[in-house]
Amino acid sequence: MAGSFAESGADLELVGITKRFPGFTAIEDLNLTIPAGSFFALLGPSGCGKTTTLRLVAGLEDATAGRILIGGTDVTTTKSFQRPVNTVFQSYALFPHMTVLENVAFGLKRRKISDATAKAHEALRLVELDHLAQRKPQQLSGGQQQRVALARAVVNRPALLLLDEPLGALDLKLRRQMQIELKNIQQDVGLTFLHVTHDQEEAMTMADTVAVMNKGQIEQMGAPEELYELPKTAFVANFLGQSNLFTGAVTASGDRSIVVDVAGRKIEIPRERAQRHAGHVTIGVRPEKLRLHTEAPPAQPGSNVVGPGRVVDVSFSGVSTQYQVAVPGLGTLVVFAQNMVFGPVVSPGAEVWLTWTTDHGFGLVDDPADAPRFAADTDTHSLAVQRREKLEAELEEA
Amino acid sequence: MAFGAFGATATATTPAEPAIRRRSRVVLLLLLPGVLYLALFFLAPLLSLVMTSFQAPVEFGDIGQYQAAFRWENYTTVLDAYGPHIVRSFVFAATATVAALLFSFPLAYFLGVKLRPFPLLQALGLTLVIAPFFISFLLRTLAWKQLLSDESWFVSALHGLQILPPGEHVTGTAFSVIFGLTYNFIPFMTLPIYTSLERLDLRYVEAGGDLYSSPASTFFRVTVPLAAPGIISGALLTFIPAAGDYINASRDFLGSTDTAMIGNVIEANFLVLQNYPAAAALSLILMVAILIPVSVYVMRSGTDDLL
Repeated sequence: MAGSFAESGADLELVGITKRFPGFTAIEDLNLTIPAGSFFALLGPSGCGKTTTLRLVAGLEDATAGRILIGGTDVTTTKSFQRPVNTVFQSYALFPHMTVLENVAFGLKRRKISDATAKAHEALRLVELDHLAQRKPQQLSGGQQQRVALARAVVNRPALLLLDEPLGALDLKLRRQMQIELKNIQQDVGLTFLHVTHDQEEAMTMADTVAVMNKGQIEQMGAPEELYELPKTAFVANFLGQSNLFTGAVTASGDRSIVVDVAGRKIEIPRERAQRHAGHVTIGVRPEKLRLHTEAPPAQPGSNVVGPGRVVDVSFSGVSTQYQVAVPGLGTLVVFAQNMVFGPVVSPGAEVWLTWTTDHGFGLVDDPADAPRFAADTDTHSLAVQRREKLEAELEEA
Repeated sequence: MAFGAFGATATATTPAEPAIRRRSRVVLLLLLPGVLYLALFFLAPLLSLVMTSFQAPVEFGDIGQYQAAFRWENYTTVLDAYGPHIVRSFVFAATATVAALLFSFPLAYFLGVKLRPFPLLQALGLTLVIAPFFISFLLRTLAWKQLLSDESWFVSALHGLQILPPGEHVTGTAFSVIFGLTYNFIPFMTLPIYTSLERLDLRYVEAGGDLYSSPASTFFRVTVPLAAPGIISGALLTFIPAAGDYINASRDFLGSTDTAMIGNVIEANFLVLQNYPAAAALSLILMVAILIPVSVYVMRSGTDDLL
């Protein structure tokens, strides 16, 4: 802990991290590398292990197995106060007995950095709260407290800044504003940000790289557009936005595309966008890629047609209208249509056909024979119960 | 605080708000028993004490016969005669308060923080802290007199190990009096600190660690300040009664004539010497002498939400 700042952000490397709590495993053999200077989002439902991952990196929990490296240095056995890491806590955890200024200067003073007070003022100016420096945290609004928490962490210029759903308590407008501010601060100071969130929109707008986490493992990782346009698992396809998924057997496999037989309909998807090319597969398409037709469209190469189906529900959401279309054999499909005209294009009960460009389809890596891996209500408790039941079953076998 | 609130309601009434006026009258009515009780059993005796403290002996009267007067000399006389006792009382009480704090804080921390995941053990621990109250204060102090007496194994061991020179005792020394005071007031110190620590949000401690503060530094900069209300209450609850205590320092218990505190002097003047004005003057001196440092302490701690 020399009295100086980190020169720039450092990369974070997790090698084979496993974390077990009494009764369940939160993280199973996690490997992850976050390059220096990037804004990395760890996205997942509650109980997926993302907060545990963050606490392991911060040094607030000890890993059961595996190693944590920050900037190439193994910090696995060091305590939280020895790590070049700062956290913006979900609860902010601002010290109630200190003023805003004392809170922000706390980390600097512990590291004996010169001009701690001046630097704290500077950090408060960055979040536009310098005029409230002498207030106590509980005299500030939620949004202001959040910015103080951010200033308190950023002022230390940590090699790695951890954000534990810090925007969760803010209202939508303030949240959008803070997202932009956070992104600006990250670009200005060049730190590595690890942001944990369950808000997919927040993750996609802010991060350079998003990792979708499920049940203690990373399902898929990549740039937000890549993840959205080409999800590889049903979990990602449904957690990151919505998807229409179909299962069927591959009937034709060409150089450029494969054809899947879904309840008697031939659906074509590009070969390079499919993870599996034979047998039973799950394929999908995003709702905004679908187009509604009130008359049977002529079959065209490069386009998939399904229908006729019946519109069962129409809901207006401002920029777009969401249609639920029941297609016999395929189930209910979701269609997002931009509101180009006033009022809905079709009403419930109407007979419609759906088309989409074959390029927009994607094929998942999941085997449809497996039970669906995505359950909407995988909270911490049910996860813990699942883990325990699995463990008990294993024990009985042994 | 509560009185302030009532006062505000009472003064805020205007003729336009008869409902509030009626309510304030009800409030005053409800306050009446308490006010009467305080007037009868606190204010009246206090006034009587002040008057007694200025009384002069009746000329050619019996011992213990005094008449109303305004004798300031009562105060100067007792201050001259018993100055060392007053100083000793404060030194003993302050030492016992510090000793009780050093003992109680780790205990309260263990009960309030470390035992948090085990509510049953926590309840058991708390019961053990207050368990001594089930036995009379006098009996417990007498028991310590036995344990620290010259015949006890403890003192024999001290003699045997040459730690205590031959002919020296443990009872009747400043050590045994401070020990007794500390022992008797530990629960009063432990319980308020426990209440503070039990509510301590450990996320602040985590935040301290996250901000490069070592465990020791976090303890003094985060945990202790957040437990301050409990420490202040505990210190007051220990210091005030300890300064006026006359059981531990009494010759019949753990003390001797060399360790007499102001409480013992007041007792002797009142019950033995029947010098009521001197006893009353000493009582008032003790009261003021405690009030001054305590109010400075409370003001400097900046907490008005104590107790």
